[in-house]
Formats: sequence, C-alpha cells, structure tokens
Amino acid sequence: MSDAMSVHPEVVTTHDVHHDEHHVHHHKETFITKYVFSQDHKTIGKQFLITGIIWAIIGGLFSVLFRLQLGYPDQHFQILETVFGKWAEGGQIKPEFYYALVTMHGTVLVFFVLTAGLSGTFANILIPLQLGARDMASPFLNMLSYWFFFLASVIMLSSLFISTGPAASGWTVYPPLSALGQASEGSKLGMDMWLVSMAMFIVSSLLGGLNYISTILNMRTKGMSMTRMPLTIWAMFFTAVLGVLSFPVLLSGAILLLFDRNLGTSFYLSDIVVNGQILPNEGGSAILFQHLFWFLGHPEVYIILLPAMGMVSEILSVNSRKPIFGYMAMLGSLFAICILAFLVWAHHMFVTGLNPLLGSIFVLLTLLIAVPSAIKVFNWLTTLWRGNIRFTPATLFAIGFVSLFISGGLTGIFLGNSTIDIHLHDTMFVVAHFHIVMGVASFFGMLAGVYHWFPKMFGRYLNSTLGYIHFWVTIIGAYLIFWPMHYQGLAGMPRRYLDKSSWVSFTQFGELDKMITVVSIIVFAVQLMFVFNFFYSIFKGRKVTTQNPWGANTLEWTTPIRPGHGNWEGEIPEVHRWPYDYGKDGREFIPQTEPIGENESKH
Amino acid sequence: MSTQATVHQTKWWSGGKSPFNLEYGKLMMWYFLMSDAFTFGAFLISYGSIRFSQNYWPNPNVVFDSAPGIHGGAPLFFVSIMTFILIVSSVTMVLAVHEGHKGNRQGVIKWLAWTIVGGLAFLSCQAWEWHHLITGEHAVLVNGQVELWGQNMSHNPWGPVVEGVTYHGHHVTTPGPVAFGGYFFGITGFHGFHVFSGVIINIIMLVMAQKGVFDRRGHYLMIEKAGLYWHFVDLVWVFVFLCFYLI
Ligand code: HEM
Ligand SMILES: [Cu+2]
Repeated sequence: MSDAMSVHPEVVTTHDVHHDEHHVHHHKETFITKYVFSQDHKTIGKQFLITGIIWAIIGGLFSVLFRLQLGYPDQHFQILETVFGKWAEGGQIKPEFYYALVTMHGTVLVFFVLTAGLSGTFANILIPLQLGARDMASPFLNMLSYWFFFLASVIMLSSLFISTGPAASGWTVYPPLSALGQASEGSKLGMDMWLVSMAMFIVSSLLGGLNYISTILNMRTKGMSMTRMPLTIWAMFFTAVLGVLSFPVLLSGAILLLFDRNLGTSFYLSDIVVNGQILPNEGGSAILFQHLFWFLGHPEVYIILLPAMGMVSEILSVNSRKPIFGYMAMLGSLFAICILAFLVWAHHMFVTGLNPLLGSIFVLLTLLIAVPSAIKVFNWLTTLWRGNIRFTPATLFAIGFVSLFISGGLTGIFLGNSTIDIHLHDTMFVVAHFHIVMGVASFFGMLAGVYHWFPKMFGRYLNSTLGYIHFWVTIIGAYLIFWPMHYQGLAGMPRRYLDKSSWVSFTQFGELDKMITVVSIIVFAVQLMFVFNFFYSIFKGRKVTTQNPWGANTLEWTTPIRPGHGNWEGEIPEVHRWPYDYGKDGREFIPQTEPIGENESKH
Repeated sequence: MSTQATVHQTKWWSGGKSPFNLEYGKLMMWYFLMSDAFTFGAFLISYGSIRFSQNYWPNPNVVFDSAPGIHGGAPLFFVSIMTFILIVSSVTMVLAVHEGHKGNRQGVIKWLAWTIVGGLAFLSCQAWEWHHLITGEHAVLVNGQVELWGQNMSHNPWGPVVEGVTYHGHHVTTPGPVAFGGYFFGITGFHGFHVFSGVIINIIMLVMAQKGVFDRRGHYLMIEKAGLYWHFVDLVWVFVFLCFYLI
C-alpha cells in the first residue's frame, strides 16, 4: 500500500532547486542570456508579444493597402507602387498580387499574431505566475519554442522578398492552386516557403503546448487544486490540448502537399488541365486536403479564442469587484467547446458536395456550440451585473470582447445552417463573421490582457488616456468596417475578388466600400498609437508602486513588482481558496494566499 | 493506516505534486505521443479514404513477394521478418528499462545496444525493400506498347493483368493506381524517419549511460522516456503493417 502511495523524489515540484539556480544565475547573467536566449518564462512571453506586435503591424498594413484598392478600384496610388514595386505597377495592385496579399494577411494574423502572439505571450507569462511555479516545466524547450517561432517568422518574411512573391492561395492554401507552380506565381517558391515556415511554426506550437500542459498539471503550488485555478489557466490548458492534437493533422496535410508539389505524387491532384497542358496526375482528391486543413482549422479558431475568453473572465471579475458568475459552468463550457471543436470541421465544406446526411450531422454539432457559447456570454454579463465596475482600459476591452463575441456568434448560426450557407459561402458575409468573432474579438481579449498585465510585465502602467481613445476608436471602427460586410455578403458579393465592377448589382456598394476603407485607415492609425504607447510606457510610463495595483486575488500579484528569474524571493506562497473571492463578507477582495477564516461564509 | 492512505489519495490533485506521480518529462512524452498519433492517424485515414475510392488496388501478396535472394513467390515473407525484428527490439528496450530500474548500468548498456542493432537492422531491411520496389522492372502495357516500370511516386506497375499477353514469359499488366506509391513511400518513409530518430535517441542514451550520467542523477528516467517513444514507433508499425501489407 505505502509503496503505491510513494511519491517519486523527482516528481515533487522542484521549487527550491530552481530558486537556488536563480541566485546562481544572477551573477553570471549576460545580455544574451537575459534578453536573447533567455529561459525565463516572463522574458520569453515578452519576446512572443513583441514579435507578435511587429507581425501585427505588417499584417495590418497589408490589409490597409489592399483596402485602399478595394475602396477605390479605379484610382492609382503612388504609395502602392512605392511599397510593392512591380506588383503594383502604376499604383494599382495586380489581381494575382492581391491574392498574395490576402493570403499573407490571413496567415500572419491567424497564426503569427493571434496564435503565437496571443497564446505564446500570455500562456508564458501567466501560467507559472498564476499557478505559483518558478518557471515552466522545461524552460529550455520553452526557449526553443520561441526560437522555432522566430525561424518560422524569418522564413515567412523572406518569402515576401523573392521575385515570384509569397504564397497566394488564401490562408487555407487549397490545392490544386497551391500545388501547381505553373498555375500562378504565388504557387512557386513562395508556397514552399509557406509550407516550411508552417512546419517550423507547428514545432514551435507543439513545444509550447507540451510545456503548458505539463506545467499546469505538475507544477501547481500547494493548495492550488485544479478547481482553484483562475479561468485564464483553464483556458490556456484547453488551448494547449487543442493545439497539441490538431496541429499535427495540418502537418500531415502540409507534408503531402509538399510531396505533390515537389515529388510528382498525386495526393490532392487528379484530372487537371493547366494552360492547355494536361497533367499526368490522377486518383488524388482536393477535398481530402480540405478535410485535413479544417480538422486543424476549426480547432485553430478556438485556439485563438479561448485564451481571450480566459483573460476576459479574469479581468471582468477583478474589475467588477465580483466573483465570476458560474465558475464551474464556465469550466464546463470551455470543456464542451474544446470537444465540439473537433467535431464540426466540415461546416467549412458544406458546398464541396458533402453528403447531405453527413452535412446535417455537422449542422447539428455546429449549432450545439451555441449552447456553451451562450452560457459563457450569460456568465460574463451576470458577472458585470450590478458590479462595482472600474472602467479601466482593460475592462473596456473585455466588455468589447463580449459584445463582439455576441455579434459574431449570432452570424455563426446563420452560417452553421447548411441550407443558408449555400448562399453565404465564400461571400463577404463569412469575412464579416470571422473578423468580428475571431479577429477583432480575440484582439480585444489580447489588448485587455496587455493593458491589465502590463504593470506585471514591465513594472509601469500604459497611459490610460491613450487607452480610452484606443478602445473607443477601435470598437466603433471595427463595427463600421465589418458590419456592412454582412449586407454585401447577403447580396452575394464574393470574397477574395479584387475588382467587382463587372457586376452591375454591386455598384450600389461603391460608397460603402469607400467608407470601409477610410475607417480602416483610421483604425490602423490608432493601433500605431497603441504601439507607441506600448514602447513609450516600457521606458517612461508611470511607475507601479504597490505590489497589487488592481486589488486582485491571484498569485502573480504576490510577487515583487519586478520579479526576477524564479518569481518569488522566498518560499512560494501556498493557496487556500479559489481566486474569485471579491466583495465577500464585506471585504473588497481576499487573496488566494489567505487561509479560510473561521466564520467565513461559503461562496 | 487506511484512513491515512485515503487522506493521502484525495490530495493528489491539490497542488504541490504531480497528480499522476509522473515527472514532467514523461507527461510531455505522453502528450507528444498522442500528438504524433494524430499525425500518423491523419496519414492513414487519408490513405484509407483514397484507397477505397479507387476501383482497383494492387494485391500486397503480389507486390511484396520478394526478399534478398528470393525473386518472387514468397508473399509477405520479408516484411514479416522486418516486423519480427522491430518487435524483438521492443522487447530488448523493455529489458533496458528494467535494468534501469535496478540501476544496473552494464545491463542498460547491453540491452540498449541490442535495441539499436534491431533498429538499424529494420532500417536496412526497409532500404532494401524500397530499392527493390523502385528498381524492379515490370512489363506494363501503355498505349499499346510494353514499357518496363518500377514502382515509384508517379508510376505504378501493379494494375490488372492483361489476359493472353506475355512479355519474355512474364505476364503484362496495365498501369495501377498512382496513389499506391505516394502513400506507401510517404507513410513508410515517415515511419522510417521515426525509427531513425529513435535510433539516434537511443545512441545518445547509450553514450550518456556509458558516461555514468544517469548514475550520477540517481535514476534512469531518460531511458524510460526513450522507451516510451520506441514502443510507440513499434506500435505505429503494427498499424502500417496492417494497412499496407495485410488488408
Ligand atoms: C455559434 C458559433 C459559431 C458557428 C455556428 C460558426 C459557424 C461557421 C461556419 C458554418 C463557417 C463556414 C462559413 C463558410 O465558409 O461558408 C464559419 C466560418 C468561420 N468561422 Fe465560425 N462559427 C461560430 C463561431 C466562431 C468562432 C467563435 C470563431 C473564432 C474564434 C469562428 C471563426 C470562423 C472562421 C475563421 C471562419 C472562416 C474561415 C475561412 O473560410 O476563411 N467562428 N463559421
Ligand atoms: Cu469552423
């Protein structure tokens, strides 16, 4: 009996060992080990964040530039030629290059910004800090995770500068277009680089994900049972599981695509004629790629969304000075979403000739996601309800997230019905749907996180006035940009077309498109203002003077204002309660480290 | 005693220790293997979906009927040997891990070395099999002409037999499904790559064991993790064997 109960010596969390290391490190740490090849989770998190910001500027700039052309199809813009050279000769974007631009915009924002930049940043910074761990389970693999991401970034960035240009078959890189170099410039070297870059990216996400999972399971401090973890951590946990189980399928799909491109196989190709030339490939299936892609692709959208959900839960509870409403329901919904995310991928393929019976099963499963989503929305709203809300920029962005999630979730229900989707598929309606629910909403979650945890990251505050301007312009702008796209889509306007002037029926949208373009320029400018605020505040922002500036319960606020490698100076604190004791027994907040009092009421 | 034990048991998840009584590296390895299982799963399901969408698929008993020195007539003989080698190497790995539990360095080194030999033998067999398939010549009727084809990524000589036609005493076939080669080389190659990396890992373990690294650490956990990986690679082979050679 006692044998079975015995704990492996190396299994007990090795806090103290780490702690000693920290002291040793302190003396011989150089610039390189401290800021470049750092193994400190906080530094790695910041590296992910700053790389993500740089990518966001690049990806966002692309969208502004092609929006210019979409809004003013017959005008010539000198700036386009200045930036893109021969791809925008005479100041007008060439149609093939427009496709390359939307591909890069999508790839960069979905994977490099909202996956690596979001999970990479906050999983790294928050998991050890909120769990009470000195660092990740394996700081070394964690560092490798960043550097694989960096490598992926370098390859993707270089593909922008080769003479045939970057990949140009959409962020979903469907074959046959993506498989055949003779079909378009963007399917030449740029596509190979896209695939190799994504392979590196998958390695990075795997290394990160494995670390997050084993840290959360193994490295919790004493008393931090699973149900005492903040919802941020639960969200990161499910995100990591989704990533670990879905990215490998994309890897398989990408490898087969690389073979089709370079080794003459026919996994995805059959009966194809390009420019009058009959290709020998036969027996493959382009639809197969779509299955492999969306088996990752759908979980991927939740990989992007869940961390935002977790942070929003935390921020709303802290700033409305109320416990999160329905902790267990939140947890259950996260779990349900995680399971369902694996079972709905074919809703992206309703018009591929999917068997209608199968289609109806996917409709059912897809619409089921609305249930946990609605539970979460209800809980956020009830958390805010009659709260003593402090409207910090973080709170505003969190509320903005809830608003956007509702709007975008509702349009998801349209799309989830296969009969309606036949009309809406590949129109601007889909673009509107996923930008609101995934793109902008997750961005809001991420920004909320940055405003909220900036004091922990850099020991200074972001400027709030700029924060308020940032929030109001962005939320109004986002709705002005994406709401009208629903109408365009309902009217049948296709997505991914540069010039729609050959359809007379779409001329009615001409002025609308101009408005969208103008607003996106403004919104982009305001994001640059945020970037300025970010970098300025790192060096010159108002200093944090108290350990726990937001009066929050979670463990990260028990560390020194600028924690060193190892996070806590002395012992790691023990946890005695869940993280959401706000406004309880007449006290504003009770940190997790405080033992349960004798006459304390239950929550 | 018993009450104490139950108190203990309820606290596995309450923080401060690993709920599974596992060191983090092993936990990572398990999750990695799950992830990798999805990679292989995706390959094999793709293979299945394409294979069963074809009207005709080559008979493995005809395709894989040779071995070094045996030209045909020995269906699945060679691949059975390969499979046997790999399974034996799993057994030797178990023994290495077992010796590791006992802290017996010499035992670990001995069994690890045999595992490496097994892995290398398997890879050599695979190299021979690939070479045989690619360079073998088979008479195929293409546009009314007989051509000599090997099995590669874009050609498949194992189509249905053309009745009543012979070429130098051998029967003549029509071209078979191209997908066969792509999936066969793709999936067995990906598996072979895993075996190869497993061999490299085992070699590193061997060197570390020899240098006494694990004795200094006081435990042979690394060998256990390498063992998990190795068993996984074997298990995957069972599925590959099933899908390509038996069905
Ligand atoms: C009730 C919830 C939701 C439902 C029923 C739903 C349904 C759908 C359907 C059916 C499509 C395919 C439309 C088409 O291509 O014809 C779609 C597209 C998409 N959805 Fe959702 N969705 C929901 C929530 C979400 C969430 C929460 C996210 C992200 C966080 C998301 C991200 C996306 C993306 C990125 C696409 C488009 C991908 C592309 O084609 O480029 N959706 N959605
Ligand atoms: Cu989806």
